[in-house]
Amino acid sequence: MQSDRNMPLPESREIERRKQWMGVLARATATQLEAALAECGPLPEFEYLRRPEIGMVMVRGRADAKGDQFNLGEMTVSRCSVKNADGLVGHGYVAGRNKRHAELAAVFDALLQSFEHGSVCREVIATLAGEQHVARKKRNAKTAATKVNFFTMVRGED
Amino acid sequence: MYVAVKGGEKAIENAHKLMGEERRGDPSVPELGVDQILQQMRLAVDRVMCEGALYDPPLAALAIKQAAGDLVEAIFLLRAYRTTLPRLYASRPVDTTTMHVRRRVSATFKDIPGGQLLGPTFDYTHRLLDFSLAAESQSSIAVATESEPEGPMSRVMDLLGDEGLIEIPTPNDQQHVSDITHDPISFPVKRDARLQSLARGDEGFLLALGYSSQRGFGNNHPFAGEIRMGEVAVSIVPDELGFEVEIGDITVSECEMVTSFKGNKEELPRFTSGYGLSFGYNERKVMAMSIVDRSLQARELGEDVSAPCQDEEFVLYHSDNVEAQGFVQHLKLPHYVDFQADLVMLRSMREEIMKQDTHREKSGEEVA
Repeated sequence: MQSDRNMPLPESREIERRKQWMGVLARATATQLEAALAECGPLPEFEYLRRPEIGMVMVRGRADAKGDQFNLGEMTVSRCSVKNADGLVGHGYVAGRNKRHAELAAVFDALLQSFEHGSVCREVIATLAGEQHVARKKRNAKTAATKVNFFTMVRGED
Repeated sequence: MYVAVKGGEKAIENAHKLMGEERRGDPSVPELGVDQILQQMRLAVDRVMCEGALYDPPLAALAIKQAAGDLVEAIFLLRAYRTTLPRLYASRPVDTTTMHVRRRVSATFKDIPGGQLLGPTFDYTHRLLDFSLAAESQSSIAVATESEPEGPMSRVMDLLGDEGLIEIPTPNDQQHVSDITHDPISFPVKRDARLQSLARGDEGFLLALGYSSQRGFGNNHPFAGEIRMGEVAVSIVPDELGFEVEIGDITVSECEMVTSFKGNKEELPRFTSGYGLSFGYNERKVMAMSIVDRSLQARELGEDVSAPCQDEEFVLYHSDNVEAQGFVQHLKLPHYVDFQADLVMLRSMREEIMKQDTHREKSGEEVA
């Protein structure tokens, strides 16, 4: 399979930015993206390159966290690819079985690459990313409150 | 062997309808929603995803509802569902060293860098029934404190590894990764196939095996080096992109068990380890899994294979609860022909023996 190969990943700033927004789109909910899309104003038409579909990803782990790979189990994934009237191609890959989520992620991925719509959409993404960050911070703060300092006692005295 | 039977459609249909009614219970009590199971029975959802080997919380919650809370049945439902979906990708290996930790404890070092984070846990509760939960609308508000800036937490195994006290793994990403869902297990088994098997293995079975090891059947004196629970990102590398993209986060539990010394004339003594990883928050499972993973390394480490938990054929062939329940429960199916054969055989054997006995008694009387 593709990801078995240790391929040299093309790294550039553009790709880094795209990876970042794709991660944000995947972590957002379909409802959030639906609302965000409405904020973006009039948008170019798009056609499907790949209709939204559901499948699975075999999730891999590493033995001893850092050793050889093993197959942990599968998870559901939805994907979709679109091409909009500007000729830009967008891909969506999101955990779960919400086809609309994958479609919206693909639509946004195409829009975010465009000069015309990019800046408006990027603001939307920044807002979503901010919300995801806040949610994580809140969770971390609750975890932090459970930090414990144990004192070892002398044992065996009676 | 069981036999095919015909008929009974009406009765079967009625039995399923009856099951549906039983599942619903008293209609005057509000029906349980899948979202309620997802939110309020999360540990059951996690166990079903783990042993069902499919991460999809809403589906696992649905399976639990459909199975009326029978978790092994729910696991079976999830396994059956996964066969209907195509596998599109294999993920990049999840990096648990960058986990967003919600729980992290070590029984080996009191003062680990990053600290002991209890997170949500039943540990240190008194196991007294809380009758206030029987009343509705009991909510508990978590306390929040200033958290330290995020960043990968140092790991107990790295501390030991830096000192040379435990082997630092050197991954080979070029080699084929075994997949027990595609290729049947053949013995001796590689560790990747063992870990995949154990990851979906029945918690109760692995727990009992781990316990048997601790009690002396192949003991390797385990210490919980580090136990973690939290979220990790899952990424794939789609062909059309050629670079890695994250598709979301999943909750996982992880346990690294530090086990007994090993050493010989060539090597200095060092620790060995066992590994447990699971979907969801399944701490008991990953602790048991890590003990059993270590036990199954007996062959590679040159130890005697004498106890059940060290026998990979015994462990791996019996750890899957979907397979196990299938074979045990198939005994319910019609075995009429087989049983008739046994019945005829048994009757004739008894007759034969009784005939001989009567004959012997008669001839005995004659002699006397």
